[in-house]
Amino acid sequence: MNCWQTIQDYGLRSLGYGERLLPRSDFTLCDQFTLIGSGMIWNVYFGAIALVTGFFFATLLAVGKASHNRLARKSSEWFIFLFRGSPLFIQFFFAYFLFLSLKSVSPFFNPLSSAGMGALVVLFLNTSAYSAEIFYGALQSIPKGDVEAADAYGITGVPRFRRILWPTMLRLAWPAYTNEAIFLFHATTLVFFSGFPAWRQKGDALYYANYFADKTFNPFIPYPILAGYFILLTLIVIGLFGVVNKRLNRHLPKEQRRKIRYRPQLMR
Amino acid sequence: MGFYISFGTVLLLLAITAPLALLFGFGGAMAARSHFPPLSWIGRGYIAIVRGVPDIAFFLFFVIALDQGFEWARHKVLCPEWTDPIRQGNDFVVCAAAKMPLSSSPQWMHETYGFSLAVLTFSIVFGAFAANVLNGAMGAVPRAQVETAEAYGMSHRQTFWRITVPQMWVYALPGLSNLWMVLIKSTPLLFLLGVEDIVYWARELGGFKTARFTAYPHPDWRMWYFLALLVFYLGFTRVSEIVLTRLTNKLSHGQATTGGEAQRRAEA
Repeated sequence: MNCWQTIQDYGLRSLGYGERLLPRSDFTLCDQFTLIGSGMIWNVYFGAIALVTGFFFATLLAVGKASHNRLARKSSEWFIFLFRGSPLFIQFFFAYFLFLSLKSVSPFFNPLSSAGMGALVVLFLNTSAYSAEIFYGALQSIPKGDVEAADAYGITGVPRFRRILWPTMLRLAWPAYTNEAIFLFHATTLVFFSGFPAWRQKGDALYYANYFADKTFNPFIPYPILAGYFILLTLIVIGLFGVVNKRLNRHLPKEQRRKIRYRPQLMR
Repeated sequence: MGFYISFGTVLLLLAITAPLALLFGFGGAMAARSHFPPLSWIGRGYIAIVRGVPDIAFFLFFVIALDQGFEWARHKVLCPEWTDPIRQGNDFVVCAAAKMPLSSSPQWMHETYGFSLAVLTFSIVFGAFAANVLNGAMGAVPRAQVETAEAYGMSHRQTFWRITVPQMWVYALPGLSNLWMVLIKSTPLLFLLGVEDIVYWARELGGFKTARFTAYPHPDWRMWYFLALLVFYLGFTRVSEIVLTRLTNKLSHGQATTGGEAQRRAEA
């Protein structure tokens, strides 16, 4: 069986298309590359959707934490503490069993106990909390002059936030937010090891890498492949965020622009 | 009973890993700053590789890799007359005398061996993060201090040990305290390394029990067990946060940093 055939059979295996059975013996390099790459679809799916939806919620939370309204401030503070203070791994476990017991309450919750939806909800809440803390920090360090200038022009309320505070907040937060995005993608590998079942062996990249390592008892091939895929993903994320960063900083003179430095904030 | 002991396991892991990771980090940072190129490449490579890849992949990789490394080394020493290849297809075969731990040894030996592999893995991964932090801290020691030392005729080594190392801790503390929080939050990953830790017991004890197997039948309580773990971790991180804030205040007392300056102003 040549490699093209393998890609056709297993390229979309993680979504349930193609060959039903995973290869059982005589693993070729091509098998491993294809299946682990196929698993990456899930990692990208979780990461991308949680990032985009989490972005809006994080903005809301950051504004809530910075507001003078006691109720809004306290509730955002607690939310952020809850999700930043506990391990993501335990959050996954707890959420999974919570969704399982909700399932018996109402069939409405059925999709939540599958990895595709349930884990996404947890990742969404988690990344919202982490990004909200970053955005809050940026909101606190907006130059006083910018706000005063807005006041002088008579811009207040929502327009002031949308046109003055928000762009500056994003510009200041962007380097840190890039790192958060990278680590969100890394965190997606936890999903299938934390209770959420890989139904019909449809798992993510680490799931397949682990499968190969278990079957061949040789970790030196699948894990480096996985590492290669993730380094590639990281580079893509840095590239995309770099474009946005350029746009956010386009009004500044060249030497004042802040470069994105890869400074990982580690795992959760 | 095992459930309560496993909390001890987590604390023990933290108590052993933290100093060990610091040691690895110190070695890594020293290597990275070395003036001998190959050594500095090793140090930099160690830091760069471990940071670029999802940590969970590293955990899964190192446990098998270290295990096989030990067995391979013992195999070479203990059974030199063995001529068969070690990798036979999908199997990893070493002679009986080289098995780690010996198959005749009691159960607690196996558990201790698994635990120490986990500790070593954690130390290697977190050592790289610590190396990064310490490397930055060594660079942050004011240049004037080093120049003064050189003016007094101290050698490179003397400058490093007498000037740089004592002064770098203040600069390293924010990074290290962040690392400590991350270390706490990564302890549930012990479960993936095959150690019977709190996650394992929460799953075991919380699961659905019928009257046939146990004297205390109960429905699925895993959700509540994981809620308890969540609260445990929240409390733990909160306490650490408070202690670390106090430590930072204490260490920055009288230092030429913004924190120290603020304290001096507040007192004056």
